[in-house]
Amino acid sequence: MSIVMQAMSNEEPAASTAAVVGSGSEAAVSADNSPTAKPKPGRKKTGVASMVMTVLPPLTGIAFLVLVWQIIAVKNSNFPTPLVTILEAIKLFSDPFYRTGPNDQGIGWNVLASLQRVAIGFGLAALVGIPLGFLIGRVRFLSGMFGPIISLLKPVSPLAWLPIGLLVFKSANPAAIWSIFICSIWPMVINTAMGVQRVPQDYMNVARVLNLSEWKILTKILFPSVLPYMLTGVRLSIGTAWLVIVAAEMLTGGVGIGFWVWDEWNNLNVPHIIIAIVVIGVVGLILEQLLVWLAKAFTYEQVRN
Amino acid sequence: MDNKFIDINAVEMVFETKKGSFHALRDITLSVQKGEFVTLIGHSGCGKSTLLNLIAGLLQPSEGLLLCANREIAGPSPERSVVFQNHSLLPWLTCYENVFLGVERVFSATDSRTQLRERTHAALALVGLSAAEAKRPNEISGGMKQRVGIARALAMEPKVLLMDEPFGALDALTRAHLQDELLKIVAKTESTVVMVTHDVDEAVLLSDRIVMMTNGPAATIGEILDVKLARPRERVALAQDALYSQYRTTVLEFLYRKHVHPAKAAA
Repeated sequence: MSIVMQAMSNEEPAASTAAVVGSGSEAAVSADNSPTAKPKPGRKKTGVASMVMTVLPPLTGIAFLVLVWQIIAVKNSNFPTPLVTILEAIKLFSDPFYRTGPNDQGIGWNVLASLQRVAIGFGLAALVGIPLGFLIGRVRFLSGMFGPIISLLKPVSPLAWLPIGLLVFKSANPAAIWSIFICSIWPMVINTAMGVQRVPQDYMNVARVLNLSEWKILTKILFPSVLPYMLTGVRLSIGTAWLVIVAAEMLTGGVGIGFWVWDEWNNLNVPHIIIAIVVIGVVGLILEQLLVWLAKAFTYEQVRN
Repeated sequence: MDNKFIDINAVEMVFETKKGSFHALRDITLSVQKGEFVTLIGHSGCGKSTLLNLIAGLLQPSEGLLLCANREIAGPSPERSVVFQNHSLLPWLTCYENVFLGVERVFSATDSRTQLRERTHAALALVGLSAAEAKRPNEISGGMKQRVGIARALAMEPKVLLMDEPFGALDALTRAHLQDELLKIVAKTESTVVMVTHDVDEAVLLSDRIVMMTNGPAATIGEILDVKLARPRERVALAQDALYSQYRTTVLEFLYRKHVHPAKAAA
């Protein structure tokens, strides 16, 4: 993720230096051309240069990874080579949605099952966590009341809650959702509360001078100014939730990408495990990227003096 | 005529901080007439903004009493609207919505939806921003933001307009332009204005009275200057006016001879 972000942020300075170089050489070559004709080819050139600079570093990185993998596979006969894995992946993805029994389903179904658990657990956590965060941020008593509880429970691995889930719900699926709920709720509560506490005093003064109702303060001032913080919490939560679901499913079984990995380990099907790792990574990346876009769309430029 | 529209009586302001108590204002007694334009001037840290916040009701005095239209100032109220130094517009609302927020609060009980909209349009037209109604604060210049802030304050038809260095963050030309506009608007609306400034020319140009404050801690009112310049006032003509220069000199004398800024006095 951070590599992708870096590549994205590199894009701009690379483009601007390329523009300087491009326009300089352009002027030297086509000195007798009319000035209006100049910018067009120059821009095209820089476009290609910046595209190469955007695409080349990540491709080099991937090539390096595959090379290391190949070396390991050659040294260790248990480990599949990249080629074997890719062939296996093509076979796997040619039919992702088959169903021959409860424990033998296509990878598509497994990913969807995991996503569904994350969606339910995460959704419930948002429903509880965001309002709770608002209350904690707004009412000092509640902040003092919940502060120690949150500090105590936040560092606990969500998997430690799995037995409690199994005990209460007496079934694997709700227990897995329960673990997701627990791990997603803390970042949302904490970030929302922090956002509420950091609403600029200026805005609250406006609210006081205009004598706005509590409802107007919530909808017109608190909510919009807390939204970026809240979305940060949501982003952190979904990242953790996706991490936790794989581990939880390994323990609970059934259908799901985590269970699938464990099942393939029991079958000693190593190429499938590697494919699953890539799939988990890609899905996690997409989830996070979606939320980054969402956060960007809702972040307003703050008022400065 | 109501001589004591705003009545500040023996007000003391002490802030309790972690490092102990800080005596900000001492023995402030001042009254402002209806329709009067009063500026508070003094060096930074002299408590002029504190005094303004007390009138606004954003702060409560440690001792003494503040009255507005014979009622105690117990908290902030739309009848004493404030133009903040940093304009404090909500960045997620358009200019129109920013102004409408105040209008809606004050007049929704008595006015129809159409009337509320008309009031908002009228307030923005008054400050010359009809064209920018649909823009967000980050899409307009600093001067325009400040004008929206003024429009928001005026649209609520306040009894008192309180301004905390409203033009402090603007360049000199924009500031002059907005001062002229403010003069016209105040003449038109006959508002009572209390304004904090550190700009001597601004104070003389705009005020009926200039309240000069001594340096803190425990700042108080040093002198009060009556500015008897005829209205409407015109900046270029006043530049050569003998009386204008005399007022200007009086304020400068106070600020730079009698009450030198503490940092400078130490150096």
